[in-house]
Amino acid sequence: MAQPFRTAEGGRIDRSRSLAFTFDGREMRGHPGDTLASALLANGNRLVGRSFKYHRPRGLLAAGGEEPNGLVRLRRGGRAEPNVRATLAELYDGLTAESQNRWPSLNFDLGAVTGLATPLFPAGFYYKTFMWPPAWWPAYEGVIRRMAGLGRAPAAADPDRYDHRHDHCDVLVVGGGPAGLAAAQWAARTGARVILADEGSEFGGSLLSGNESLDGKPAMAWAERILAELAAAGNVHLLPRTTVSGYYDHNYLGMLERVADHLAEPADNQPRQRLWKVRAGQVVLATGALERPLVFADNDRPGVMLASAAQSYVNRYGVRPGDRAVLVGNNDSAYPAALDLAAAGVRVAALVDLRPEAHLDWLARLDEQGIEVMAGRAVTGVEGRDGVRGVRIAKLSDDGKGIVGGVGREVECDLLCMSGGWTPSLHLFSQSGGKLLWDEGLASFRPGEAVQAVRVVGAAAGRFDLTACLAAGAEAGNAAANDSGHRRRGRGPRRPTAEEMPPPLAARPMFLIPGGRGKRFVDFQEDVTAADLQLAVREGYRSVEHVKRYTTAGMGTDQGRTTNVNALGVVAQELDVSVPEVGHTTFRPPFSPVTFGALAGRQVGELLDPLRRTPMHGWHQANGAVFEPVGQWLRPYYYPAPGEDMQAAVNREVKAARHSLAVMDATTLGKIDIQGPDAAEFLNRVYTNGWKALKVGSCRYGLMLGEEGMVMDDGVTARLGEGHFHMTTTTGNAASVLAWLENWSQTEWPELRVYCNSCTEHWAVVSISGPNARKLMAELCDDVDLSPEAFPFMTWRQGTVAGLPARIFRVSFTGELSYEINVPAGCGLNLWQTVLAAGEKYGITPFGTEAMHVLRAEVGFIIVGQETDGTVTPLDLGMDWIVSRKKDFLGKRSLSRSDTARDDRPQLVGLLTEDPNLRVPEGAQLIPGSDPRPPVASQGHVTSSYESPNLGRTFAMGLLQGGGERHGEVVHVAFDGRAAPATVTAPRFFDPEGSRARG
Amino acid sequence: MLLIDCPWCGPRDEVEFSCGGEAHIVRPPEPANLSDAEWGDYVFMRQNRKGVHYERWCHGHGCGRWFNVARDTVSHQVLAVYAMGEAPPEV
Ligand SMILES: [Zn+2]
Repeated sequence: MAQPFRTAEGGRIDRSRSLAFTFDGREMRGHPGDTLASALLANGNRLVGRSFKYHRPRGLLAAGGEEPNGLVRLRRGGRAEPNVRATLAELYDGLTAESQNRWPSLNFDLGAVTGLATPLFPAGFYYKTFMWPPAWWPAYEGVIRRMAGLGRAPAAADPDRYDHRHDHCDVLVVGGGPAGLAAAQWAARTGARVILADEGSEFGGSLLSGNESLDGKPAMAWAERILAELAAAGNVHLLPRTTVSGYYDHNYLGMLERVADHLAEPADNQPRQRLWKVRAGQVVLATGALERPLVFADNDRPGVMLASAAQSYVNRYGVRPGDRAVLVGNNDSAYPAALDLAAAGVRVAALVDLRPEAHLDWLARLDEQGIEVMAGRAVTGVEGRDGVRGVRIAKLSDDGKGIVGGVGREVECDLLCMSGGWTPSLHLFSQSGGKLLWDEGLASFRPGEAVQAVRVVGAAAGRFDLTACLAAGAEAGNAAANDSGHRRRGRGPRRPTAEEMPPPLAARPMFLIPGGRGKRFVDFQEDVTAADLQLAVREGYRSVEHVKRYTTAGMGTDQGRTTNVNALGVVAQELDVSVPEVGHTTFRPPFSPVTFGALAGRQVGELLDPLRRTPMHGWHQANGAVFEPVGQWLRPYYYPAPGEDMQAAVNREVKAARHSLAVMDATTLGKIDIQGPDAAEFLNRVYTNGWKALKVGSCRYGLMLGEEGMVMDDGVTARLGEGHFHMTTTTGNAASVLAWLENWSQTEWPELRVYCNSCTEHWAVVSISGPNARKLMAELCDDVDLSPEAFPFMTWRQGTVAGLPARIFRVSFTGELSYEINVPAGCGLNLWQTVLAAGEKYGITPFGTEAMHVLRAEVGFIIVGQETDGTVTPLDLGMDWIVSRKKDFLGKRSLSRSDTARDDRPQLVGLLTEDPNLRVPEGAQLIPGSDPRPPVASQGHVTSSYESPNLGRTFAMGLLQGGGERHGEVVHVAFDGRAAPATVTAPRFFDPEGSRARG
Repeated sequence: MLLIDCPWCGPRDEVEFSCGGEAHIVRPPEPANLSDAEWGDYVFMRQNRKGVHYERWCHGHGCGRWFNVARDTVSHQVLAVYAMGEAPPEV
């Protein structure tokens, strides 16, 4: 149970409590305040994973969100989550974690042992591999998938809930380090509504890992005072464990709050994560800066880490990341890190400074600790495969491109801390549209001109002096609040002063360290080396965006946080140009991975999409209907009797409609109430046929086209009064047709006095169909003359049906004598049950959408979206009869365009297979010959295909090139490797005169 | 996500709106007299402009009204909101 690398005191962990956890089954212990990463190091466990492509052993590089190596699978079962950064995973009692990307085990990985992986993955391996014959791809894919890849997704369902929250604020401060805290404090003092979000479990940012002082006291004491003030203020929302991952237009930001990820499981009523969508008046980005690795041979060995990470482990977590350290840097940062390590009991063997001269003030402080400083030198290699055993230190040439004075000397150590300079974290600023400027002194980009209402402060702005960062934060917070309309009354908070640090000495930018033979990694997560980047340039890539895609540098889940600037430097060096000439790649959201669970929120399962049910739904359910979704509606598909399969049920329903009486719930039909003195003129413009002469009391079928001439929707519209129409649309298009009508009436024809309203849900519709339909109507309705002369086909009457006020439409989609009875929605179930009871003597049979489809197809009626797909004109459907020659209408001119007027376009035909029992699949291609083997040109496809008890055989419809002129020809339906011969016919199979519906 | 100032409802999130594409395209009064090319130009051709773009938006999940927006397609800044039928403002 010992934690051999835990310091005796110090850090922000609670040594009085012990937490148990396992990594790859090995039981270990840590303390509250630990991350999985710090606890692993405390236990001396340095190997955390295998690399992506080469399966090289890897340890922790960082201590924060930029960690590229320490990706683990956390938890088990449905709660398991792959690719979690161990540096952000807070330790809890009972935590279980597994390493990833290794087989069979982390310590013995076959891919790495055999070296099998190395030749597989040169730069651009995806492109090169997949240029070989396509038939081989599946084999490669299998190998590559196993060798390369991140963790496995869990197979079990996620038991937890995820929430979404929308919010507004005056000032959103991103990052709770010193600059962010100061900004939040100053903004909050004005009374502005402030949100302060930070990725970490605790606010404080860099102060948590350093040991600076403010006004002579530990800096964290200041931070805690500010936090107490903010927590007590009513206008501030503090969000720890919250990563701002996307900065979108008009100051709209997405944030992921890990509400319960630090617990074994969420408490009752607690979501595991919460996705915030915030519209901020002003944004202050205090996102800090990240230390860069140095690119030298074998810089990925476990035990090589960032100097700031080592500092964080000793200062914040009370963990010694090694026993004997060497530090190497091109700037001042390695010096204080060396002192912190020494203070924690790590033996510091040497500090290697790439600069020709050491920093004299720091040198003096290190001297006191007996730490040797070696200037003008570099680490050129690392000994040890599964962990650092020593480093080679050699003298750099004056231009830094070579080694002079031999291979140098070896120094024994188990920890190598590196600092390649600092990269301001500008992902969010860049996402906001802000320009980045190259800063030569920083050897990195800093924020340029902002496009949105955003300010960048602190290290993110390239400022590293604590007093200056606090002042800039305060000023930005205050200014942001002012710009959002809030002003402070009275004096501002006192500005603290940090202890004086030695004046900085200019860094020596060096993106590639010479010497050594091992791989020099630029992107640890994507396993991209300097040689890969150089190869890409030699192969002709010039644009940094292309180099990035070709090598995948910067494309990992860490978004290349530790990679990008070094990659640019290597590419610039290879191209022999400056970094700003190379430019930088585009930053895109999300900054940090967002789980699918959080993106989906509560919109899962039953709540995925609203479900619409008709008033008769309960009856359908009670009577065994099988349902089918149509748009958001759930409609009865068919009603199987005991022992019946689908086909048997559909056949029975279809026969009932043709021989006696059947009934369908047609409530879902889209209905639009159209009123106004110009309503008839309006319909005349949107439908292909004429509407002005339609008499009150009559109905007409209409077809709507887009301006490109393609069929958009169809339906029957009735004239209720001079300036009053009742339009029906297909079930799925109701909303889009209403939008289409509104578009034209509001924007193009505002002079027309016409008003459209959806009334789909106002009416329940019971549609009765069959030879006995009139007899049933006569029993239910005594105030309408039902005789064919008084109430003919394609008219409607107002009356009373089963005692209910009703609009009765004599229209037919089945080709049989039909009445569509519309009653107020609340009366729907009542009418339905009355109709069924009264129709019992006729064997009345409820039928679903499948029987409806068969019935309509038998008489050749199209379904928009089945016979049409947005490329079909009314002429293609043989519906010239509904296209007016006299008037203009939407889409008319397109029908005579050279392409639309071609006579070899796919046209609607009937198809009768030679084998009357063969039902061809819908979507099957129509081919001229009997050989289905590719390549064979398609001449069209099957749009509808059914079995018909009324025809005693199967039948189909399809779109066939020039099909209107090909009736009688035999074509072939290609599917399942066969070609079934079928005769082309007119697309109407039953009652060709249409006399039954008119009867 | 854009913040669009509906002339009837005030500033609302983009998700409440739908964009109807380029504004000020007038439907030709006599389509039958147009050549295929002229008609095709009206139906299919759009400017796809970099910079100030005049476009139509509909507040479908709000008041249901159509209106015009002048938007910078580079910065996505909404420069003006004006009524249907109004001439495009100088921005
Ligand atoms: Zn509105």
